[in-house]
Amino acid sequence: MKMKADDYLVYDAGTGTYKEDAEQLVRDDVEKHYWLNVARTIAKDWRLYLMLLPMILVFLFWRYFPMYELLGCFKVDDSTLDVADQLYAGFTYFKQLFSGGTSLSTTFWAAFRNTFLLSFYGLCFGFPMPIIVALFFNEIRSNIMRSFLQVATYLPKFMSTVVMTSLVTMLVRQASPLAGMEMGVISRFLVQLGIISQETGAAGLLNNPGFFRAIYQISGIWEGAGYDSIVFFAAIIAISPTSYEAAQIDGAGKMAQMKYVVLPSILSTIVIMLINRIGSLLNVGYEKVLLLYNTNTYVTADVVSTFAQRYGITDGLVGIASAAEMLNNVVGMLLVIAANTIARKASDVSLY
Amino acid sequence: MKRKLEISELIFKILSHVFLIVFAICCLYPFLYAISAAISGREAVEYGQLVLFPKDLQFEAFGNMFNNNMFWNSYTNTLFITFYGTLWSMGTSILGAYALSKKRLLFRKTFNFFLVFTMWFSAGLVPQYLNYLNTKEVFNAVGITDDKWLVVIAMGMAAMNIILLRNAFEGVPGEIEEAAIVDGATEFQVLTRVYIPMSKSTIATVALFFAISRWNGYFWARQMISNLNEHPLQVFIRLKLEEFQDPDIMSAWNEAYAADSVIYALIVCSIIPVLIIYPFIQKYFAKGVNMGGVKE
Repeated sequence: MKMKADDYLVYDAGTGTYKEDAEQLVRDDVEKHYWLNVARTIAKDWRLYLMLLPMILVFLFWRYFPMYELLGCFKVDDSTLDVADQLYAGFTYFKQLFSGGTSLSTTFWAAFRNTFLLSFYGLCFGFPMPIIVALFFNEIRSNIMRSFLQVATYLPKFMSTVVMTSLVTMLVRQASPLAGMEMGVISRFLVQLGIISQETGAAGLLNNPGFFRAIYQISGIWEGAGYDSIVFFAAIIAISPTSYEAAQIDGAGKMAQMKYVVLPSILSTIVIMLINRIGSLLNVGYEKVLLLYNTNTYVTADVVSTFAQRYGITDGLVGIASAAEMLNNVVGMLLVIAANTIARKASDVSLY
Repeated sequence: MKRKLEISELIFKILSHVFLIVFAICCLYPFLYAISAAISGREAVEYGQLVLFPKDLQFEAFGNMFNNNMFWNSYTNTLFITFYGTLWSMGTSILGAYALSKKRLLFRKTFNFFLVFTMWFSAGLVPQYLNYLNTKEVFNAVGITDDKWLVVIAMGMAAMNIILLRNAFEGVPGEIEEAAIVDGATEFQVLTRVYIPMSKSTIATVALFFAISRWNGYFWARQMISNLNEHPLQVFIRLKLEEFQDPDIMSAWNEAYAADSVIYALIVCSIIPVLIIYPFIQKYFAKGVNMGGVKE
């Protein structure tokens, strides 16, 4: 609230005196009674605010309270200290994560690197696939054929992560000579094609750290490429046929049409999807990793979330685990904001 | 007049057909194999004689599943969580989205940011875990000992879905609402008689998103539900898989069908309801994806 006398007294040139400024008094009054007015508006319209309440509470309790728990990364797990001293732990856990040489920090940095790599490979291989699939769908003129192919390729998306990973686990399972069991059927195919050796297949592909990333990406493409193509396909069929005709008259072949008609038309969709993807670069689906990895593949499979799950939930080292997640999530958030800002500057397309 | 196909066009057409057919086969194969393996004889499954078609038919693996009470229990639990979870999420989301869609709502920007921020920043697994543990204590203290209710109420909210609903509600013309108010409709009636009927397809899509995520929920259910009888189907499948990975159980297996067949039968059983409703929900799914490009 402004309290300067100049605001209230206005010099009146006609009479040569000072007068009270009526407008400022009104502004002042509004400001003074701001919260009262808010309360009045809410009371008058209480039904609307009552409708908002459950949602706000749900988000407060189960989205924002955990963020408060996350501050545990600055606290000592020692209940004999009072709150102020507990907070004084400061960056102890972060230092433990950063200090080189210890097995803890090695594991953490491996997990951080894996998180980034799994997403990055997803960006390189998983991201272009739906676009390619959509371009190919556009070439299929027969409606029956296309519907059939679409139904078939969307299908894996409807499986839960558990069912999907169970299938993957079973299909590349190890051979167990004791029980007289052969290796999984996909492993057998790969052996016959000469891609992997008999021994590798028999040992189980999921037990081999060298194959984890490939299995993760391929199962991701299997699961999502068909379904994710929907959004690109919708953008492609929205292109007016006259654009193609114009290009044809100008003598554009198939490839030239791709380049000058189709790609520019779906570029904004691609940009939106790309921002989405970059934004969640450090947000690897932990459930899938958790269900696919095992002690043999920690080297390549462990991500920050699973690291936190093992240390925090299984071993009870809450401080360390929270510090790891804090680091991961803050960098992740900066990525989202950066990606969004760049996209807004570059192409008028933005997510939020 | 028919235009002559150019060579490059022809090649591209053939390439796209071949690619998509191969991709579709790759997508379908694991499911077909799972069905075959579930109904094939023990030797065929264990010695790897199976490629696509079933061999030495048997249905005991399914019988094993159907005679297992835990299986039916977990199925019921999943239905429970899916039904009440979707109802609860939809209820809170629709009410909240309706309020957010109103220009006259005070602090509208703040509330929007409150939602969107949860899409940018999540607390992470461990803080969420601790928070759910606290919630569980509170629930137990007030007498809700069935952990399924914890899963239903505390989990599965999604800011994205609320924003989709809000955008749909914002698209409803204001004149219709005014007409309803002139006719004496209360706030709640405006929502149920005007807004909900006018955004039916978005509501169906969002409900579907919620239902699917409830049906598929695994990790938190496993962490939070302590009573084995209350576990949903996904947890049951995973526990069975882990059990059958154990070499001791495998070598002691002496049924007429392979242990793997039981897992495959379980997978097939969990897929069938999804397959049955899949043709009906597919169009909503396609619609939902296209709504994903968010404005503002």
